[in-house]
Amino acid sequence: MLRESYLACERGILGALAMAVFLVAWEGLARGWWADLLQPALGTAANVLRIRPIFLASPSAIAEMAFQMYFVTGEIWPHLGLSAFEFVVGFLIAASIGIPLGLVAGRYRLLSYAVEPLLAALNATPQVALLPLVVLWMGTGLPARIFIIVLLMIVPILINSHAAVRTIDPKWLRLARSFSASEWRLFRTIVLPAAVPFLLAGVRLAIGRGMIGIVVGEIYGSAVGVGVMINQAGSTFQTTRVFVGILTIVVAGLVLSEVVRRIERRVEVWRPSTSADS
Amino acid sequence: MSAPMSMGLSKARPMPSVRLSERAQRQLVGAGTVVALLLLWEGVVASGLVDPLYISSPSRILRVAIDQFGSGAIWPDIRVSSIEFLVGYVAAILVGIPLGLMIGWSRRLNYLLGPFIDILNAVPRVTFLPLLILWFGIGMNSKFAVVFMGAVIPIVIATHAGVRANEARFIRVARSFSASEWKIMTAIILPGTVPFLFAGLKYGAGRALLGVVVGEIYASTAGVGHMIVEAGNLFDTDTVFFGVLLFMAAGVAVTTILNRIERHFDAWRPRGLAQ
Amino acid sequence: MTIKLEAHRIGLEYGDPESDGRLVALNDVSLSIHENEFVSIVGPSGCGKTTFLSIVDGLIRATAGQILLGGTPVSEPGPDRAVVFQDSSLLPWRTVLGNVVFGLECIGVRPSEARERAAHYIEMVGLRGFENRYSYQLSGGMQQRVNLARALVMDPQILLMDEPFAALDAQTRELMQEELLNIWQASGKTVLFITHQIDEAIFLSDRVIVFSARPGRVKESVDIELDRPRSLKLKRDPRFHAYEDRIWSLIQEEEKPRAKAAG
Repeated sequence: MLRESYLACERGILGALAMAVFLVAWEGLARGWWADLLQPALGTAANVLRIRPIFLASPSAIAEMAFQMYFVTGEIWPHLGLSAFEFVVGFLIAASIGIPLGLVAGRYRLLSYAVEPLLAALNATPQVALLPLVVLWMGTGLPARIFIIVLLMIVPILINSHAAVRTIDPKWLRLARSFSASEWRLFRTIVLPAAVPFLLAGVRLAIGRGMIGIVVGEIYGSAVGVGVMINQAGSTFQTTRVFVGILTIVVAGLVLSEVVRRIERRVEVWRPSTSADS
Repeated sequence: MSAPMSMGLSKARPMPSVRLSERAQRQLVGAGTVVALLLLWEGVVASGLVDPLYISSPSRILRVAIDQFGSGAIWPDIRVSSIEFLVGYVAAILVGIPLGLMIGWSRRLNYLLGPFIDILNAVPRVTFLPLLILWFGIGMNSKFAVVFMGAVIPIVIATHAGVRANEARFIRVARSFSASEWKIMTAIILPGTVPFLFAGLKYGAGRALLGVVVGEIYASTAGVGHMIVEAGNLFDTDTVFFGVLLFMAAGVAVTTILNRIERHFDAWRPRGLAQ
Repeated sequence: MTIKLEAHRIGLEYGDPESDGRLVALNDVSLSIHENEFVSIVGPSGCGKTTFLSIVDGLIRATAGQILLGGTPVSEPGPDRAVVFQDSSLLPWRTVLGNVVFGLECIGVRPSEARERAAHYIEMVGLRGFENRYSYQLSGGMQQRVNLARALVMDPQILLMDEPFAALDAQTRELMQEELLNIWQASGKTVLFITHQIDEAIFLSDRVIVFSARPGRVKESVDIELDRPRSLKLKRDPRFHAYEDRIWSLIQEEEKPRAKAAG
């Protein structure tokens, strides 16, 4: 017990330490601490270590700006709200099309053969290359952004739900048939439970791609959205605001992946854990 | 599920000659679907149901391809995009594999670097484009950076996972034969990571390609992505599709090459279970 | 006869993460093995016989006592000892030949010489023609032959065998036992053999050492006075059964109190 908790502590301590060193080093670069410190030794060459605020915002400035934008002016919330809305709607559409389509395509052999090359091609293509087309079709508003997110998210969902059915151990299907289960019962009692881990893995991948979708879909936008905010701040050299935007996406990404991990852990209790926890 | 020994393969059960083999069926149905969809696309446009301004058509795209390759106009863009991809991706491999091995080997190094990797993994690296452009300009340097950042994270994570999945019994064997740390690294750890490593390399290649595309769409002066944006601005749908197809071809080519290399390193895994 | 291996009052204890106490795995184990002798250790499961083998190999350091090999103390793995591990310890990404030369590579033998020496032992274990197979292409018995060749090629002073046939089916196991005896007789090695199969221990050994339940100690050493060369027919000999009964009851004495404690 003692040893275990020590090891758990060691991870936290070393991680926090590294993060602290990184932040201090960064702060020092932005504020010219290191330049001042090394001036006597290096002379003017030390000024390489003094980075202008246009290129690098200091962590303290970012924190202050984040506090302002979140809790004083509150200006980030509309951006965050709209991006979250795009993400959720995009996910719901991608899942409600991708999962049934993938499962059905996986269930029937010929259908599966028909969709395999399409899935492979779709998977090999960076779908964001379609962005100019999407803009042509739908403009740069909300529908176009959601479309891009759906386009990105649906690929891993389709591929994984298709693979989920294709890789079911035939002995389980034989088992169900020998109990003369109907196709619907077979689907509900065998196919779906066996598919869940794959589906979740697909969802996990889709979430990462959905975040890409937010950022890419908002490249052309000009009003609201976290991506829009980052782009506008970037093109007007408001580096601190760029960092606040990136920080927002980092936090959102961490929260989302933690949520998926929790769900996965809950759903997969019947499976022996593959990663040793010891 | 027992893996067939190579001698046993000749005893495969004979197929009735009238029925197509499973493999042939698969290829026939797959190719048939693709051809049917292309014909449908062409037909919809030819019948005037949809304006080709919106969805182009296979024949129009083919014409653009012939034009572009015939005149050689496309090569400078392909060259720029390829360099961006290769430089960033190769740098990601050169950094990612050793880094993954190191954090897999040293628990403390993993604790130190883990948070940074987790954070970078949770955020799409293309988010950093505005910063990268600020730092490195709109030329190829910013693309190298975004391609590198995109690819390096999955490669590190996959290599790390491969090292962790290494079975203790093999290391025990090596220690018993008084293997040096270097020998354990090269003869035990590294080969054991191969399946993980290639998964990471393929995933990383996808992210690298994404970096090229988004980086060029975001801000650039050349490259296939740049060509797509320009064509989009001129409502030249045919050229947009041509560009998308080039990226698709690049994706397929990279995946195929990696699969080939993987098969070479992977001869020791039972066929059929390898996929 | 000269003494090849001597274990002098070996003890091993370590902190028990579950009870915060100390766990004694081995207590005061002393034994010696003569040159060319074939000795087996049997004992109830969890008695520390495999741990003892790892101490002899040098993978685990004893907390008390000393191992002497040919008179020199042993503290870490070395080419003077070679282990035949339990099943599936072959490196799956290496061929038969690659596995057999692995130990030689580790001690810096030139590749050409290593291959030559390996070929000799691959032939000895009857795997000629299978040099380029990967382990997934071999049966369990064949895999253990490779395992044996990998140890023999090191030309060790003592061969340490850690339940090498445990995962094989009954028929293959008996064939491998007979074959091991042939190879042992041809090579003239000293062997320390760990097993939980009483008949296997008797059939192979000059002497069977019975370990007590945890903490492992030497409970008794039984000399097996059966003629060599031995064939599998011996297993139906009444003298063989007598040995089996005797060793079986020695182990039962150890198992019984534990069964009671558990019940």
